[in-house]
Amino acid sequence: MVDSTNPAPVNLPDLSLGDALALLKHSGAVDGLVSPQKSSVAYLQGVIDGLCELSLKDPLTGLANRRQFHSVLERGIEVVARSGDSALLLMLDIDHFKKVNDTHGHQAGDQVLQAIAKCLAGCVRPMDTVARYGGEEFAVVLPNCQVSFGAAVAERIRHAVESLPIPISPLVTLNVTVSIGGAFAPEWVRSTNTLWTERADVQLYRAKAEGRNRVCIDHQQVISVSAEEKNMLFGHLAMGEPAWIEAIQGDGSSNAAQKVTS
Amino acid sequence: MSEKQPTTLESAKPPSVPLVPFSKVLAVTSGKGGVGKTFVSANLAAALAKRGLRVLVLDADLGLANLDVVLNLYPKITLHDVFTGKAKLEQAIIKAPGGFSVLLAGSGMVEYSRLTPEVRDDFLRIMSGLVPHYDVLLLDTGAGISDVVLFAVSLASEVLVVATPEPTSLTDAYATIKVLVGQQGRKAVRLIVNQTARLGDGRAITAQLQQVLDRFVTSEPGHSVKLLHLGDIPADPMVRQAVMKRQLLMQTMPGCPAGLAISQLAAKVMETVLPQQP
Repeated sequence: MVDSTNPAPVNLPDLSLGDALALLKHSGAVDGLVSPQKSSVAYLQGVIDGLCELSLKDPLTGLANRRQFHSVLERGIEVVARSGDSALLLMLDIDHFKKVNDTHGHQAGDQVLQAIAKCLAGCVRPMDTVARYGGEEFAVVLPNCQVSFGAAVAERIRHAVESLPIPISPLVTLNVTVSIGGAFAPEWVRSTNTLWTERADVQLYRAKAEGRNRVCIDHQQVISVSAEEKNMLFGHLAMGEPAWIEAIQGDGSSNAAQKVTS
Repeated sequence: MSEKQPTTLESAKPPSVPLVPFSKVLAVTSGKGGVGKTFVSANLAAALAKRGLRVLVLDADLGLANLDVVLNLYPKITLHDVFTGKAKLEQAIIKAPGGFSVLLAGSGMVEYSRLTPEVRDDFLRIMSGLVPHYDVLLLDTGAGISDVVLFAVSLASEVLVVATPEPTSLTDAYATIKVLVGQQGRKAVRLIVNQTARLGDGRAITAQLQQVLDRFVTSEPGHSVKLLHLGDIPADPMVRQAVMKRQLLMQTMPGCPAGLAISQLAAKVMETVLPQQP
């Protein structure tokens, strides 16, 4: 049994909080700390809260970082599975961002990232999460977002970025655009983070490939089996009973006949 | 649906159910109707019961249930009464002729054929009430790929897809698997091929399906799926006889080729699908 009558008091110097405090100080989060003389427990709690906060934020933009993004996404999936409410995930990528860095320097690049981050955060509801996914890629999780509104929300974001002047020096103001890919979580079922982000990513690539500065959204997954898939499915049957195959593929096109003979 | 009676066996299960598939729960699904899904569920249940397991078959085809027709059972109290709070869960569970338990949907469930938060919660509550009392639960899902079917399947730790060698059935089985992989991230699906003409048909069909899956579905990251061939049930005139008489094949003709095959299926389910029993 644990001796509960006299718990060992926490000796603050023993904890070597130096690194933690330096981190907090660097991000300006030490001011809110209770003085250790006043209450060592409240002081420690303050340090831990500060570190947790830091661990969820992207230092450059102040947005949620990838870690928090994943936990928000996971929660979103559970809510969708439980309530059936639709939730939308948008993946955004700044178009030709490398050019900004190459032409105006990395500091200008950082300024652009910060300006876009601020713009995105201003475009969405308080319940939504905007995250920096990596490099010049951002993600927005919109819980409880109706399927019919998805495209409008994404389009609003795209437009807001497009019309945002970003001053990077007294003389130079930049304008950038974003490509946006979106996917709704499959309703009622428990999906996975990977599957959901992947579907949004596919749409993002589509938006890029179709010329950038545009929105592509994947709604619910379409259940379809293509003619090519069917051909491959029944290819082996053709060996034994060609008449049978012809009968099923009667509605198909000329490639059905090709398949039988091959 | 204002006042609800407790629905559980142990009377006070919390309504909050973890969103993870229940172990020991096998969903039997097919995509296409009329491939013998309910026949397989009922007879596999009988074969598992014969091997000493406590088995319950749940009619998860809420809209168009026909497990009652297959088993020739028409109980007064059904899942419908549990859903509406008119009866307790244990009152709706009945003994089927094959030595297993069934929970039949009953008429009136058509109003539950759409998945709403209420239906979902009721279903989850019922499932979590049942799971502790059985060694295996078979969910006989409806045909098609509706949200109710997908939801029911999402509760099961294992999916058994029933297909016949017919192209239409294969297409629908393939579409079902595709959706399960894409939506639920299923990594393994088991296939039972019903009404096979020759030995080895099932294996060939499984290999063929796997090839198409590999080419069109699992080529994307995070989409790997292994199709496991659980077994075949040969085409057998005895099956038709039993079905027409509305008797379980495993009771009337366990020694016919189809009966023996189902027996083997049960053995394989116990060996490879279920968590090992002591």
